[in-house]
Amino acid sequence: MSGLAIEVNGLGKTFRLHTQGDVEIQVFRGLDFAVRFGECVALHGPSGCGKSTLLRALYANYAAGEGSIRVRHRDGWVDMVAAEPRAILDVRRHTMGYVSQFLRVIPRVPALEIVAEPLRVRGVDPADARRHAGDLLARLNIPERLWSLAPATFSGGEQQRVNIARGFIAPMPILLLDEPTAALDATNRAIVAELILERKAAGTAIVGIFHDAEIRNRVCDRTFAIEPFKVAA
Amino acid sequence: MNATDRPLLRVERLTKRYGERFACQDVSFDLWPGEVMGVVGESGSGKTTLLNCLSARLGPDGGRVLYNTRHQGMRDIYETSEAERRLLMRTDWGLVHQNPRDGLRLAVSAGANIGERLMAVGARHYGEIRQAATDWLGRVEIDEARIDDLPRAFSGGMQQRLQIARNLVTRPRIVFMDEPTGGLDVSVQARLLDLLRELVASLGLSVVVVTHDLAVVRLLAHRLMVMRQGRVVESGLTDQVLDDPQHAYTQLLVSSVLQA
Ligand SMILES: Nc1ncnc2c1ncn2[C@@H]1O[C@H](COP(=O)(O)OP(=O)(O)OP(=O)(O)O)[C@@H](O)[C@H]1O
Ligand SMILES: [Mg+2]
Repeated sequence: MSGLAIEVNGLGKTFRLHTQGDVEIQVFRGLDFAVRFGECVALHGPSGCGKSTLLRALYANYAAGEGSIRVRHRDGWVDMVAAEPRAILDVRRHTMGYVSQFLRVIPRVPALEIVAEPLRVRGVDPADARRHAGDLLARLNIPERLWSLAPATFSGGEQQRVNIARGFIAPMPILLLDEPTAALDATNRAIVAELILERKAAGTAIVGIFHDAEIRNRVCDRTFAIEPFKVAA
Repeated sequence: MNATDRPLLRVERLTKRYGERFACQDVSFDLWPGEVMGVVGESGSGKTTLLNCLSARLGPDGGRVLYNTRHQGMRDIYETSEAERRLLMRTDWGLVHQNPRDGLRLAVSAGANIGERLMAVGARHYGEIRQAATDWLGRVEIDEARIDDLPRAFSGGMQQRLQIARNLVTRPRIVFMDEPTGGLDVSVQARLLDLLRELVASLGLSVVVVTHDLAVVRLLAHRLMVMRQGRVVESGLTDQVLDDPQHAYTQLLVSSVLQA
């Protein structure tokens, strides 16, 4: 696999805050870029330039106002800007994983189940999914006594590692990572870097935000700079 | 044709008036097998009226509700006979009321509340019915030892779980829920939500769930429809509508929620 995984054309995003005097926040416009399988691209630019916004748009968590985001899915392409909810959910289930900056905890659900879920929704036997989840949590140094607890009480770094395990457990062809190592110590940062490199070697297309230059240099093949919004002439 | 090639429910320009006032106006959507759709909006925005129209309990003034029947394809539920409709209600559709007392029979035992639904679709073997009731009490986390107790003696959360078991025991294809966690303590709500999430996913149910609680749809619904004054103002993927709302009313709704 070395073909195109993601193709973005003319992507624009403006937030309109209707409840705050109709303020417009013009984040970016006219973005074009492509990502191939087996390649890791870092989004780059100053704070507030729209890195997280772009990543969320790729996942269809934010609605892009203009342009298209074509994603290689099954035997065809899906435009994440225009597709129906059920098509997007199918992409998320089988093609595209997203590690958000913070874990969204679900009350009462133990860490092990949170991590196993992406495998279970793909039809993997629950016991196998749990075993796999345990292996990954162990690799990320989450002690076994925490596996059966809901992560609401976990430390920031522990929650982030649960989030990473959840994002990496299924063999997604495309992975989106929003500062996956921000709350981690050096040992765990190195483990996450290894995980990323393994996935890349397996042909996964990765788009990420990495504030840590050392990690970025180690895992990324190139960077994509988000240009400040320019008003059309 | 594969069952998943067609929506289970197709709603076309559904309209219901009370006198001069539109309780719901021009509502259209498709619901696909296995899809959970949330409907949110302030009280009086037409959510329950919509649910009643969808579940064949309130004839609309305009528009159609088409249901993909097992044997005859898409049928307008308001053009089928009363008998057909009642059969669908017993076999294919479930209805979870906000107040479990509206969905349960309080004067008969918990076991009978579940068994009754099975008997309505033809089950006759006492041992099997009792076994199914026992299994379902377990699935909704009610102690089997309570099988002969009256629901009156149950807590609100237990009553709600019993109502869910009574609905799901006949394996409906679509379930309509009206504020399923309304009126429950927060800790009880969390448990019920988790249970619903698990059941809906494992049974592959299609669900329309009406609520004013955004946390409920965040956890349960794939898609979201936002209603205001009887109209749909915005709809789409649940997390997109909640995290990047486009319409002024949705932005107000989302920004009014206190972050716990
Ligand atoms: N849901 C939202 N509603 C309104 N505005 C938003 C929303 N999300 C982001 N923004 C705005 O979009 C702009 C870009 O934000 P974004 O979080 O993408 O920046 P970033 O490049 O990831 O910054 P950082 O490096 O600080 O994480 C900011 O002005 C932000 O306030
Ligand atoms: Mg960011």
